[in-house]
Amino acid sequence: MAEYLQQYLPQSLAYLTAALVHAVLILVVVALGTLIFIWLERKVSGRIQDRLGPTRVGGKFGWLQTLADGLKLITKEDLRPASADSMLFLIAPYVSLCASYVAYIALPFADGWVAIHLNVAVFFIVAVLGLEVFGVMLAGYASGSKWSLFGAMREAAQVVSYEVPLGICVVVPVLIAGTMDLVAIGQMQAGWFFNWFLFHDPFTFIVFWVYFTCATASVNRAPFDLAEAESELVAGFHTEYSGVRWSIFFMAEYSSMVVVSALAAILFFGGWNGPLPITHWLGLADSANPLAHYVANLLGLINFLGKAIAGVTFMMWVRWTLPRLRIDQVMATCLKYCTPIAAFGFAGAVIWTFLFPGGLVIPNKDWVVQEEYQLDEPQAQSAASTSAASTSPLAHADSGLHAEEHHGTD
Amino acid sequence: MEPINWHSVFFLLFALVGCGFSVAVLLTSNVVRMAFYLVLALAATSGLFFLAGADFVGAMQIMIYVGGTLVLLIFGVMLTARGPFISMRTPAGEWILGAIIGGSLLVVLLSAATSVRAWRPVAVAEGEARPTATRLGMALLGARVDKLEEPDPTQREGMSGYLLPFEIVSVHLLVVLVGSAYLARPKKRAVGSTAETV
Repeated sequence: MAEYLQQYLPQSLAYLTAALVHAVLILVVVALGTLIFIWLERKVSGRIQDRLGPTRVGGKFGWLQTLADGLKLITKEDLRPASADSMLFLIAPYVSLCASYVAYIALPFADGWVAIHLNVAVFFIVAVLGLEVFGVMLAGYASGSKWSLFGAMREAAQVVSYEVPLGICVVVPVLIAGTMDLVAIGQMQAGWFFNWFLFHDPFTFIVFWVYFTCATASVNRAPFDLAEAESELVAGFHTEYSGVRWSIFFMAEYSSMVVVSALAAILFFGGWNGPLPITHWLGLADSANPLAHYVANLLGLINFLGKAIAGVTFMMWVRWTLPRLRIDQVMATCLKYCTPIAAFGFAGAVIWTFLFPGGLVIPNKDWVVQEEYQLDEPQAQSAASTSAASTSPLAHADSGLHAEEHHGTD
Repeated sequence: MEPINWHSVFFLLFALVGCGFSVAVLLTSNVVRMAFYLVLALAATSGLFFLAGADFVGAMQIMIYVGGTLVLLIFGVMLTARGPFISMRTPAGEWILGAIIGGSLLVVLLSAATSVRAWRPVAVAEGEARPTATRLGMALLGARVDKLEEPDPTQREGMSGYLLPFEIVSVHLLVVLVGSAYLARPKKRAVGSTAETV
């Protein structure tokens, strides 16, 4: 994009403008996403509890309800307790928001539509999302209130524990794909829905559910929302917050819900590839025409957002269905169930990719465009087994490097 | 208009943020504020890694240092705190000791930085991912792929990767995990089943 802008702008400005466009687009996704998902949460919870939810603000479905809420929050007084550590208290919501905002930088929204094409995108997103807890802990500590401190302590214990099974689950699709590049992982699942990693083998199917449980816990959603348990801790870590700062915590929560759902969509549900290879039938995705490619990407974007929204809706469904767990139950779920199941799925997936390198269901995916990834798959599993070095390491390495050299059309 | 080298601008920005907050860690006496400044300094360091094109190391910096260590540090501070806001006073002797250690480390690092014969820039087109993780993975499995690009053929010899160190570290970590689980186990079976916290 910067190269394109250089035709019209001086070079120094072109790079800055390109960066700003990316940043602002992601900010729009975060802000608009929060606006929509809070409305959706009200609607979903209403329907589950046999109510209507918001109906009046903005006309038919109450779709302006969140905006009205936002206006109300802006008019509220920005309170600060006398016993608070004021600097940390004021800055904590922004720390949370920054962490979930930064995760979007490496998240591809369609084939090549990504702000920064990172080679280690999966790792980066998992690392950055782990920082969101830092804002929560600062808030809990700096509020100078026992309720907040207890909420933050619970959150810290929970997130630190759930990072272990979450990490193991995320590694499984990476292992099958042989790369941590989210764009490449998405491209490998092109075609019919049975090319998705969810259906790659029974172990990935199990691992997905573990991933989703751990992701729900790591973004602090019910039934794992002990950090804000209303029945015990008033409101947990955000007890002392009001107005805009309070709402920024929720922006962070909702945007990280979207991030983990989008990550699930790419890792397990084929990302921007629909269940049917429609763009390939129409000849859009492999066409040399940039306009056709753009249309294919636009369809991919709709697919991708649909999957991410479905994931978030699923989290809401779970929230309004299951009761909150106790802290020892949360820990037992993580350490006694999620971690062993994830480890079992990981070992199973390693053995499966070793036995059936091309996948079992459809051994020759004949019409898949990216032939180079066909070569890559046996390489990926041989890289997992330590015998890669003993056979011809250079040939393996070459095909591995080839898989990385694809071009984003940003 | 003079073209601005954004690379240098962001290098200066990250370096200033990193140094500034490192100094702030020294000057504040509130432990949690120290941890917060340390997070910012470490995050700025990871920004420098990303700027240098080492995205794996940068993500590692965030994961291990910024994430893991500091969450544990604050967790420890919160668990062991007696008062609401702990403050630490550093005695003069520790300042001197710290200055000696830090100063000697600075001398070592500066001499290392100035003794590099030639800096090699990484040329990568925009919108393309640098294949850093693949090479690292291959090197850990014993194949130094990066040596293929060495222009000097004599330098390409000795392509024994890091398989042995990798295995040693893995086994070491496993032993540490088993050991910590052993230390943290309940000594006696509790009478009530509700005391079964992990």
